[in-house]
Amino acid sequence: MKKDKLPQDPSALNKVTREVCYVKDDGSKYEQSLSTGWKVKADALDEAWKEINRRIEDARIAVEKGEKSPVLFFMELNLMDFPTLSGYTGFWKFSIKRHMKPKVFRKLSEKKLGIYAKAFKISIDELKSFDGKNIDKYTK
Amino acid sequence: MEKILTNTPNNKYQHIQTAHCENGVVTVLLRHHGLDFINEPLAFGIGAGIFYVHLPFLKVNNAPAIAFRIMPGFIFRDACKALGVKVKRKKFRSPEAARLFLDQKINEGQPVGCQVGVFNLPYFPREYRFHFNAHNIIVHGFENGRYIVSDPIMEDLTSLSPEELEDVRFARGPLAPKGQIYFPINIKQVSEEQLKKAIKKGIRKSTWWMTQVPSQLIGARAFNYTAKKIRKWRDKFGERKGGLYLAQIVRMQEEIGTGGGGFRFIFAAFLEQAAEILGNDKLIPFSEEFTKSGDLLRANAVRMAAIIKGRKTQQQNFNEVAEAMSEIGELEFQTFKKLRKLSL
Repeated sequence: MKKDKLPQDPSALNKVTREVCYVKDDGSKYEQSLSTGWKVKADALDEAWKEINRRIEDARIAVEKGEKSPVLFFMELNLMDFPTLSGYTGFWKFSIKRHMKPKVFRKLSEKKLGIYAKAFKISIDELKSFDGKNIDKYTK
Repeated sequence: MEKILTNTPNNKYQHIQTAHCENGVVTVLLRHHGLDFINEPLAFGIGAGIFYVHLPFLKVNNAPAIAFRIMPGFIFRDACKALGVKVKRKKFRSPEAARLFLDQKINEGQPVGCQVGVFNLPYFPREYRFHFNAHNIIVHGFENGRYIVSDPIMEDLTSLSPEELEDVRFARGPLAPKGQIYFPINIKQVSEEQLKKAIKKGIRKSTWWMTQVPSQLIGARAFNYTAKKIRKWRDKFGERKGGLYLAQIVRMQEEIGTGGGGFRFIFAAFLEQAAEILGNDKLIPFSEEFTKSGDLLRANAVRMAAIIKGRKTQQQNFNEVAEAMSEIGELEFQTFKKLRKLSL
């Protein structure tokens, strides 16, 4: 990359740090240079977040309609997938899928609810009482 | 515990900002032990970091896993091995034991590398906090109740409270760090001969990964595989999901940690240094080829962004991206093949 072509666009990193890129000019050697960001990759990140928010919203609606248990919502809210949630809880994927059925979820023991609550960093009450409404406090 | 800072021979080595975290950890830890010649491109090249892989069956953040760099941990392992540096690694089951061991090491004046998860890293902006568990930081000391941390991608030193550090060291999920801590032991000075050998070894290994693996998913051939997939994405998944998959490629290629152009510019910088150290001018044209490859990748990222943002979403646009991808693959395949044949 040419030194003068290094983009300096605004990005989510702006208040935190600038990133190192490697640039060179004709006839000179490679050197490190700092960039604040690049529009192109900011767009890609932005799109990935739009998708995440879409998934969270879908999960919220599913919980509100009573099709899924709060486990699904908090999993999406915490950007987790099954392997990650498995790692945090120690439950198998098929168990977690079962726990996402409202009927099964209602019968879960306090111990299991506690494990989920810890993984999502919320209280057991919060997990149990979540009904798909008032999600403002989660999506800051 | 009172205030402790690892006594580095030269304070400026406590923190070195680099593009990629693993290179940064290698650089800082080896410099701390007096190997002054090491810098990011050298660490990356000797550790044979350049790579390409596309694993369609493995999903990362709900999109196919694509990487422009070797598996996490390999750069550190290979770079230290090639330079004859022994590395001590330790994982823990209990967070208490993990903290005790860390405290003991920094008490001894030994900065240590820690594998951490990014999701709970408080100094990262929220937008960048995914469940990625192979980030690397260096813990340098303890001051005012907080650990002094050098995160290679940050501009300055930062700090973490004991609880925060425990949280990120014991992140769970794929590649869970399990409190892993690592540091070099028994460092001897590296002779020029040894450095030359290490560089050759790194180049050789990279060319092997990129041209010799008998799989279309790994190495320069995999660019073509990705291209084939991209052509089908629009029909198979629609514009939105197809665009999301492209967004994954752009992020893996350009996001913080890559030095731009999918690590190709770091590799080009390495070849430039290698030419100087080995006294071999034949490497310079190769460095230029990889600069070209990086530039082509960036131009392709611009094309992909147009699709991602919904400005151009025709099949033809997907085809153009795929076309460029194959072209890059062909360029890299030929370049690595020639590099493999070059007598160093």
